[in-house]
Amino acid sequence: MHSLWGQKQMNRSTRPLSPHLQVYRLQLTSGLSVLHRGTGILLTIGTLLLVCWLAALAAGPEAYAATQAWFGTWYMKVLLFGWSAALFYHLCNGIRHLFWDAGMGYELKHAYASGYAVLIATAVLTLATWIAA
Amino acid sequence: MNLRSSLGIVRGLGSAKNGTHHWWLQRLTAVALVPLSIWLVAAIVCLSGADYATAVQWFKSPINAALMVAALFAIFYHAQLGVQVVFEDYIHTGWVKMTAQIALKFACILLGLLAAIAVLKVTFGA
Repeated sequence: MHSLWGQKQMNRSTRPLSPHLQVYRLQLTSGLSVLHRGTGILLTIGTLLLVCWLAALAAGPEAYAATQAWFGTWYMKVLLFGWSAALFYHLCNGIRHLFWDAGMGYELKHAYASGYAVLIATAVLTLATWIAA
Repeated sequence: MNLRSSLGIVRGLGSAKNGTHHWWLQRLTAVALVPLSIWLVAAIVCLSGADYATAVQWFKSPINAALMVAALFAIFYHAQLGVQVVFEDYIHTGWVKMTAQIALKFACILLGLLAAIAVLKVTFGA
């Protein structure tokens, strides 16, 4: 049984962990899975930039100009490049997940092929965005 | 009065008593975000060098304003569902987990409201 405020802790020291991280060899598939969650967390934090930009626009010309100048600095451009790459990765891999939800693409070779396709699509979309910007 | 049997009430609802509610809304917002996030990036690219007047004018379009508010709703809903699971998986102290979940939900709602109201202010502003 578990209550609202916490679960009864099992004996953690003796319980085996899976996957055993010290001896676990990361494959493309598991790496991409971890990356999906990682980019999801980064994108959640990155929404703050979108909120900043919209709030600055609503605040008036001075706040908007200051925010635009801030987004133009080199370190913000690096951050925005990372944000766009994370977004395109999460988008492409999310579509891969939706196909799995529909029961498609579970074969190992298909899982690897779609994994490489996601990486290539992420690179192409990110570069295309920054060439267009 | 509830005419459903005990088995009917519990069947398919799982330990969280929510059934597939979380899973389904995560997928629903994901499907919505496929076109919306592509549109959002295109919009940001178009407005990246825009001055104040151009940006304000862009948000005067009902289509742009509606899509932006829809995108914000889907983004914050999806983000909250996703981070909720991360907290469930990695925070093992009961009260820390509960506090983090409440803070996450409040933060997503407040940030989403702030962004949406900012859009509407620009859309309806003079």
